Order: sequence, then C-alpha cells, then structure tokens
Amino acid sequence: MLASKSFAGLAAGAVKTSLRSYASAAPTAAFAGQKAANGKYTVTLVPGDGIGPEISEAVKNIYTAAGVPIQWEEVSVNPVLKGGRTVIPDAAIHSIKKNTVALKGPLATPIGKGHVSLNLTLRRTFNLFANVRPCVSIKGFKTPYDDVDTVLIRENTEGEYSGIEHEVVDGVVQSIKLITWDASERVARYAFHYAQTSGRKRVTAVHKANIMKMSDGMFLSACREVSKEFPDVKYDEDLLDRVCLQITQNPRPYSDRVMVMPNLYGDILSDMCAGLIGGLGLTPSGNIGRDASIFEAVHGSAPDIAGQGKANPTALLLSSMMMLRHMNLVDFATKIEKATLSTIAEGKFITGDLGGRASTSEYANAIIQKLGQ
Amino acid sequence: MLRSALPSIVRPTIAAQRTATSLSTGYPQVTQRPTTKYGGVYTVTLIPGDGIGAEITDSVKEIFEHVNAPIEWEQYNVSGMSSAGEGLFREAMDSLKRNRVGLKGILFTPISQSGHISWNVAMRQQLDIYASVVICKSLPGFPTRHNDVDFAIIRENTEGEYSGLEHQSYPGVVESLKVSTRTKAERIARFAFDFALKNNRKKVTCVHKANIMKLGDGLFLNTFRRVAEEYKASGIAFNDMIVDNASMQLVAKPQQFDVMVMPNLYGAIVSNIGAALVGGPGIVPGCNIGTDYALFEPGCRHVAQDLMGTNRANPAAMILSATMLLRHLGLDPIANNIASATFDVINSGKVRTADMGGSATTSEFTSAIIQKLN
Repeated sequence: MLASKSFAGLAAGAVKTSLRSYASAAPTAAFAGQKAANGKYTVTLVPGDGIGPEISEAVKNIYTAAGVPIQWEEVSVNPVLKGGRTVIPDAAIHSIKKNTVALKGPLATPIGKGHVSLNLTLRRTFNLFANVRPCVSIKGFKTPYDDVDTVLIRENTEGEYSGIEHEVVDGVVQSIKLITWDASERVARYAFHYAQTSGRKRVTAVHKANIMKMSDGMFLSACREVSKEFPDVKYDEDLLDRVCLQITQNPRPYSDRVMVMPNLYGDILSDMCAGLIGGLGLTPSGNIGRDASIFEAVHGSAPDIAGQGKANPTALLLSSMMMLRHMNLVDFATKIEKATLSTIAEGKFITGDLGGRASTSEYANAIIQKLGQ
Repeated sequence: MLRSALPSIVRPTIAAQRTATSLSTGYPQVTQRPTTKYGGVYTVTLIPGDGIGAEITDSVKEIFEHVNAPIEWEQYNVSGMSSAGEGLFREAMDSLKRNRVGLKGILFTPISQSGHISWNVAMRQQLDIYASVVICKSLPGFPTRHNDVDFAIIRENTEGEYSGLEHQSYPGVVESLKVSTRTKAERIARFAFDFALKNNRKKVTCVHKANIMKLGDGLFLNTFRRVAEEYKASGIAFNDMIVDNASMQLVAKPQQFDVMVMPNLYGAIVSNIGAALVGGPGIVPGCNIGTDYALFEPGCRHVAQDLMGTNRANPAAMILSATMLLRHLGLDPIANNIASATFDVINSGKVRTADMGGSATTSEFTSAIIQKLN
C-alpha cells in the first residue's frame, strides 16, 4: 500500500496499475442507509441557532405535507464541556454516525478563544471531504445575472486550511498548504460521480499549477488519473484566474459542467457564485463524507430576526433537496423544488429578504399548497 | 519613506477631480533614481510577451509614434513558450534594471512540473516591484451588468502563495509554503493608504482570510490595522473583509469598494472578478511599482493564446497601461491625449473589438484612436 503511493506527480504513470487497485477501493460516499420498520429513513436534524429552529420547522412541515419517507431525529450540537475541553455532544455524533445523513441549520459562532470551530469538528469527525455548492438563478429574484447554473465541488479537508502555520522569526510567518494525493483523488472521484449522476457532461479542474507546480500539479495529476475511469465524462483544466473572469463576465458556459478544486479556491469561488444569484440565503450546500453526509444552510444564524417568524428557509430547504437526491429520493426532491421555485417566481408569498412580506410559515404554506398541483 | 520620495510635481494633480481620462494620475511615484534619458528621450524596455502581446504592443508603438512621444523602445521578444527563451529573458531583465521603466505583455507559464517557473513572477520578485495597481472603473458608453464601479486593487506582488517554495515531504504529500512578512505587509498597506490619499479616495478595505490562516493573514491584517491608525488623521476610512465574502460582495454590490489591499493570491482572484465587472481583461490597465522600478502591464494578466495572430485582440488595456507609464515619466499631456482619445473611441461605440461586442480589428481600433488624437 505504501509502495503504491510512491507516484505523485512525475512518477504517476509508472505505477498506474497499483493506483487503480487503490482507486477502486476508495469510498464513493454513496448513500447506503436502510429504511426503518415503518418504511421511513431516519435523518438527523440539527436545527441550529438563531433562526435555525424556525426554518427547520418550515422544512419539516413541507416534508410532512409532501409525504417524504423521512423521520427526523433532532439533536443539538451546542458544545459541552468534556474533560476540560468543549466538544460536540456524543448524542449528536452517535446520531449522525448511525443515520449517515444529517440536515443542519445555521450555527452561531461562539466568540472568544478556546472554542473549536463546530463546522471544522464535524468535518473532521465524519471525514466530510467534499463540499458541493450548486448555484442556480432563482426566477423571481432579480440580480445582474439571470443565467447562472453552476456546480462547484471543493476539497474540504486540507489545502490552505491545513491549519499548519508557524512564525519562523519575528515578523515572518509560513503557512503550509497541504495537498495529498489521496484527498485529491477522493474529491476528484466524487466530482466525476456527481457529474455522471446529475447529467453534466464535463468536469473542469480549477487550479493555479503554473505557480504552484507541485501542489496544484499533484491535484491535477489525481484528477487526470480519475478521469480515465469515466470515459463518458469530458475532462479539462482551467486556471483560477480565467474561471473567475469568465464566470463573472458570463456564467452561462459553466452550466454544462462540474468544477472541482482545492479548498481555498473552492471557498472563494462558491461564495462568489452565490453572490451572482443573490447571496447565501438562496444557495444550498452539501458536505459529502466517508462516514456521513451533512447538508446545511451556509448563511448566518441571523440572531437579530430570530423568533420573529420572518426568516427565509429557502437555503435550508434547497439543501434538503440535495439530501433527498443523495438518498435517491429524486421524485420528492423534484416535486418540492418545483413548488418552491414557483412560489418564489410568483412573488405573492415571499419573505422580506426577497422583497416580499410573507412570514416563514406563510411561505411554507404557499409551497405546501403548490405540492398537489 | 514612500511619501518623501514622491516628486513634488505630482502633488498638484492630487486635488484634481478624477475623471475617466485621469484614471491613473497620482499613483505613488516612488522611483528614487532617475530613469534613462538622453537628449530628452526616455529609454523604456518593451517586452511584448506571448499570445496577443505582439499585436497590442504594436498598437502602442504606432500611437506613440503618431504623437511623437519621447520614448525609445528597447524591445525584447521574450517568450515563455519554451525554456529556451531564458537567455533573452535575462537580457530583458538587465535592460529593465538599466532603464528602470518597462512596458510588458504577459509571458506564458507552463503548467508542467518540468517547465520553467513563471517569469512574470520572477520579474516582480527580482525587481521587487511589490505593489500591483489595477483600476476597475465603469467606462462611459460601455454599460455592463454593473454600473458605477470604481475601485482600485492594490495587491502585494512579491510573496505569499507565490513564494515558489514547495516540497514533497512524503510520496503523495506535498507542502506549499505561503510566506507572509510584517515588512512586506506594512509597505503594501502604506502604499494603499498613500494611493488613497493621492487619488482622493475615501476608504481602504483589507481583504484577507485571517479567520483560517490566523498567523499568516493575521499578520497581514494586524499590520494593516496598525498602519491604518497612522492615517486616521487624514480621514481615510478603513475596514476589512474576508476574501470569500469580498468576492460575493464584488459580484453583487461592487459599488461599496474604493481601494482594496490584499496578499498576492487574493489579488489574482479579485482583479479578475473586478475586470469582469467593468468589461473584461481587454480594457483594464495595471502597473507594478517598487522603490526602484516600475513595470506596466495589462491589469488582468492573461496571455490570450486563443486570440493570438487574429488581429481581434483589444489593445485598450495595453494602451491605457502605456499612458500610466507616460504619467510615471511626467509626460502627462501626452498621456491625457492618448487616454482621452481611447475613451472617446470606446464611448462613441462605433469602433469596438469583439470582446466589447463590436467587429473592429485591433488595427482598426488603433487607427480610430489615432484619428481622435490632438
């Protein structure tokens, strides 16, 4: 096994066969959950902080009305003290591990030192290696861009976010961007898998290998190797600079492909794409992992409007659509998505952030009304 | 040091109203040594670069000839397409060191690990031209998806992710070093505030990722804040924004930005987003400034291999970069003449290249500018 990893970069070709054997054993992170006796899948629900409980309630109501075969197991991930350290409660971890799928509302970021980032902890605990961020223009909410349909997959575990930094001497800091073949290969595989299942014809690796020849170079080598196993999906590479320029100028050509990239580029580009369609309140996000997959709203917990029934649940609802598709409950996803988008397009029952006056529950009820149509 | 080195002739322009034709007046001029000048003629190094470089620098040469600009070019046709060009690259570097001022296109950098390192980056590091200035401003007569965009991107040009330090610590495990230093953070922050002062801009925004890279970007952000305190009396506001949020804000509400300052890699991202907001890489000029050298190149660093030799490239970015060069040499009247002719041609809308929705060739666009020259 160790010997088979002696490729990386230049030597990649020489050990192709041993690579294959590794690759075929790699996790594809496909959903393998079983229905319970009552015919329903159990899914962990983390309502979250601030507006989290309200928007989770809206999603639950819509799911009940649509008859989605899911039962929720609600847990809190608010950190508890354990052995002098703040950690995520065991109950939450067990629940997610058992159900392998979770839906998560926004979490308030604790201020002050000593708190581990909850998102980071979840990412590490469940090996959430790929962050999937689709952005589609929402009809009825006008932005300067009306033709956005992008899918971006971001490596989620390493890169610039390795957290390895040190001050060499006073005033000189080295931050290490860590790229490994295994993580690159794993996220590339998921990108191709996603392209295949979502009907996109092309995977584009976004990189800066002209400058970071070894690190981004290895990311590209891994993508190229994986691409050979997916002959029906086209593969190409594009410089980060060009992608930023072209998406901002005209996002339409990106509707036929899945973009895959290292951590930092993905972080920046995914939020940029969200900006094209009107911000984080309308964009879903899914974290695909080896041990579990967590779908979440990436916007803030908006404590200023919490409890007032004004919050927009769209991001969490759309994230849950990604979850349904991940669980192969595609018909339910399509049905709810259609009802949601046409409710927004009509504009009669939309929330304040979209320029309407409806409350969270009025919006949810409008969607429920449309489910039968 | 930056401020004291400013030639006093630049100062009167500070108060002047910014208009489309004075896009780049008053960027900090920090060259301490005189430029090469014989009999009133400046010698300037010209590196057309790869891709469309030759075509768009030809436009500049043609226009300069027409206005009789006192510039003598020392041209080096360096190409990054193969490592064989290295000898010529070194000669060009020597020329730049002699003349201290240059105009260049973009050199191609191979992606393969066996290929040579980026010569564009090597130039910036060797000449220590640490500040990249790119100005993104909506052009009159050329509406895009966004209106009233007008901000300047000040990018640290010599360290960060572009350190070139990488190693494979174990097969399949690569570490790439991002180097951040207080010295370089401080001088770029000062440059940004000086730029804001001289261009009558009101706010400087630091773009960073200090929530994740707590030490590296933390150093950049803390240094920025410390420098900002010193400029408080001048009334320049400052804030900071995480790079992912900044990118989102840029495509949604770009009007909120004035001067932005950031480490190297974020600069590559932000300048491309910024250029796209106002019409693309063909119209956004830029320059790289250090204490001893100044190198002018299009703000959006694309080789545009696909357009090479088709006579369809938009030379405006290169022409405007060249007007920045003229201002750097104190030749403001000539610069203004060329810049206003260029903006007039774009504004009238009759002669435009394909990237701006027209059908004119590079040479037709250039001729149209020449006809408008005084």
